[in-house]
Amino acid sequence: MAARYGLQMDMRTAVALVRFGLGRRASEPLPADPDAWLAGQLDGPDAALSRLATGSAGGLAALRADRREKRADGQPQRVRELFRTEAAAAGAWLIETPAPFRERLVWFWANHFTISLRRTPLHALAFAYVNEAIRPHVTGRFADMLLAVARHPAMLLYLDNAVSIGPHSPAGRLTGRGLNENFARECLELHTIGRDAGYSQADVTEFAALLTGWSIDRAEGRFAFFPRRHEPGTRVILGRRYAAGEDGGIAALRWLGTHPATYRRIAAQLARHFIADSPPPDAVARIAAVLHDTGGDLGAASRALLRLPAAWQTMRKLRTPFDYAVAALRALDLPAETRPFLPGVTRRLGQPWLTAPLPDGWVDTAAAWGDGELLLRRADWSIAVAARAGTRDPIATAEAALGPLLGAGTAQALRRAASRREALALLLASPEFFGR
Amino acid sequence: MRLTRRAALLGLGCAMARGHASLALAAAPTERRFVVVLLRGGLDGLAVVVPQGDRDLARWRAPLVPEGLLDLGGFYGLHPALAGLHHLYAAGEALAVQAVAGPDRSRSHFAAQDSLELGAGGHVIADGWLNRAAAELHAPALALGAGVPLLLRGPARVDSFLPEGAHHPPPDYYTAVLALHRDDGAAGAAMARALRERGFTEAALAGTELPHDRDAFPTLAEAAGKLLAAPDGPRIAALELGGWDTHVRQVPRLATALATLDRGLMALREALDPVWRRTAVLVVTEFGRTVRANGAAGSDHGTASIAFVLGGSIDGGRVAGTWPGLAPARLFENRDLQPTSDVRALAKGLLAAHLGLGPTALARVFPDSTSAPPMQRLLRT
Repeated sequence: MAARYGLQMDMRTAVALVRFGLGRRASEPLPADPDAWLAGQLDGPDAALSRLATGSAGGLAALRADRREKRADGQPQRVRELFRTEAAAAGAWLIETPAPFRERLVWFWANHFTISLRRTPLHALAFAYVNEAIRPHVTGRFADMLLAVARHPAMLLYLDNAVSIGPHSPAGRLTGRGLNENFARECLELHTIGRDAGYSQADVTEFAALLTGWSIDRAEGRFAFFPRRHEPGTRVILGRRYAAGEDGGIAALRWLGTHPATYRRIAAQLARHFIADSPPPDAVARIAAVLHDTGGDLGAASRALLRLPAAWQTMRKLRTPFDYAVAALRALDLPAETRPFLPGVTRRLGQPWLTAPLPDGWVDTAAAWGDGELLLRRADWSIAVAARAGTRDPIATAEAALGPLLGAGTAQALRRAASRREALALLLASPEFFGR
Repeated sequence: MRLTRRAALLGLGCAMARGHASLALAAAPTERRFVVVLLRGGLDGLAVVVPQGDRDLARWRAPLVPEGLLDLGGFYGLHPALAGLHHLYAAGEALAVQAVAGPDRSRSHFAAQDSLELGAGGHVIADGWLNRAAAELHAPALALGAGVPLLLRGPARVDSFLPEGAHHPPPDYYTAVLALHRDDGAAGAAMARALRERGFTEAALAGTELPHDRDAFPTLAEAAGKLLAAPDGPRIAALELGGWDTHVRQVPRLATALATLDRGLMALREALDPVWRRTAVLVVTEFGRTVRANGAAGSDHGTASIAFVLGGSIDGGRVAGTWPGLAPARLFENRDLQPTSDVRALAKGLLAAHLGLGPTALARVFPDSTSAPPMQRLLRT
């Protein structure tokens, strides 16, 4: 795609970079055609997949080795190093990616299907999860992503399906263990149709029984279906009958993943994330209709989002701390060796990366992140990180990052600041930078 | 020994340390210590070492002259917030240098700080002069604070260290952040509430009083002193303090900022006590301020200012440099104190007399500075 250097950034380009992207990276060329630039990012496979070489098999092996060799000080060394390496690589990709809109979608879906490092073994699997279960399906079908999530070792551990055993299965009768309905409930409530769809506790229990035996082959380090743990008998979920066996679970997930209620919920979430905390109902309806008409094609839904006029009205969202940190680091465009470690930054700003408190993930509205102390932490961090930026020209940095979104008041404050560091910090602590 | 461990052994909590290599050398190349304190924002030297004997002083800036000046020998009086410094001056261990400026004349914070730190005007060089000095001396160097200032950037390895409790944003930073959000109701109001919870007064929030973390800079200075005093510690260090850009209500703001500076310098001196005779501390700012008070009880960006040198062997107890006078014809461009000393000459004088750098090394540290020969008589002989 033709790139423009040294040209004025027009408003549509600025909105494309800030609202749909990750914020402009100082060294990033301006797209010649912002609409084509955004849509083009949805073509082909995710380029990160060839760069971020991670795998849940390796993660599980590291976890096993740490447990085997657990020393007196209890330091899980392998997993720690694996996590540091992978977090650094994923953090670098967030800054260097040529497809920031697509990357936004990756982390949007990773949050929809959240896992959390509060379950500490997931340090071994978190980035593998994003790369294996989320990235391949960001422009594919929602039901395929759902299935990949349900089968991924990270989700199987996070929501306990790995240890859910049919009480009447051979393994259940032998051990006396039984169902764990954690994943089944959250799948219905959070991942797919939602509570308004009117399922009952019986539906949750039946769904959990249907998914027994979906677990992890620890030797191979990947998903496996264990028939000996699977609850025998036909299951009824929301009036639909599913035969016992792995295929029954797949069929149920596909039905949930293509349900109109699911489409409405994910359409509303997409619109809330990209457009406004209270998105216009017709925008939500449009995205839901596209999902319905395309069999849940997330690429088509993302393209539909880009065509909504409401999505181009500027500065209506408060950036989450994660989006804020990434945008700030892209604007500063520090050399790799002086970039701060992204998990540390997001923790400091109040939204530790991949560490949502609950399975519903992080909320991304101003009500969740507009607290004064949380906003002050952005200002605290700004003045600290600006010390790493050396002699970068603050005005040029502001104009490169924000273009026409930079307000006259902020520009004047930057010119008047008592040092480059303070000027750069004020840029990062400005209203223009807090929002998108 | 790694810096973080060394800091831990010295009882300093460590918030950040950068780098991997060892700081300590088997045999340190010099026993001399050299500290540069950067005052960012443009210190009004005329309000610090006040030329009370100059008959033109009152006509330009009567509202900016503080009360209760401490005597510096008749012609000059020292700002009363600098009692500790005055004590050192009386002991002959503090030297003031009047009418100092770097080569830059832009009155721009950014350009003047760059010039002060690079040690050169224009774009002749990309690294800080203190880094080049450290390289000439093979002396381990340390930046106290969050990150390495331009002054210490360059090919020689420099660590940075920020002790716990020493994070100190420029004092008017949060007021400036609030001002940016003035028209953005929700976020601005929420941050103002949070700042009140952090102990900011209403006057500080309104920008009429300078909020000050009284302990952060002294904590930083004390940590610097402890690290430098250690036999295998760094020999060269830089730290900085902001809050000098006093466009409005200068008298109360400057009093607060100078009190913090004074406490920090005394903490540094105290921690450096075992090596104080082998120490020189250079305190500099990027420019002075207008001779005339402005319309907001403050002063605007100017040219020449004051510099200080402290240390156990410094030939102190006097105000050095040439006093240019405040008569109208003597002002630089009819507004600023006329520079009569080049800050590079002062730095070169210290590098020569205190750290033993010869003329060729000095020329490498400060290229294109033949117009600024090393200042003489900085150390007692």
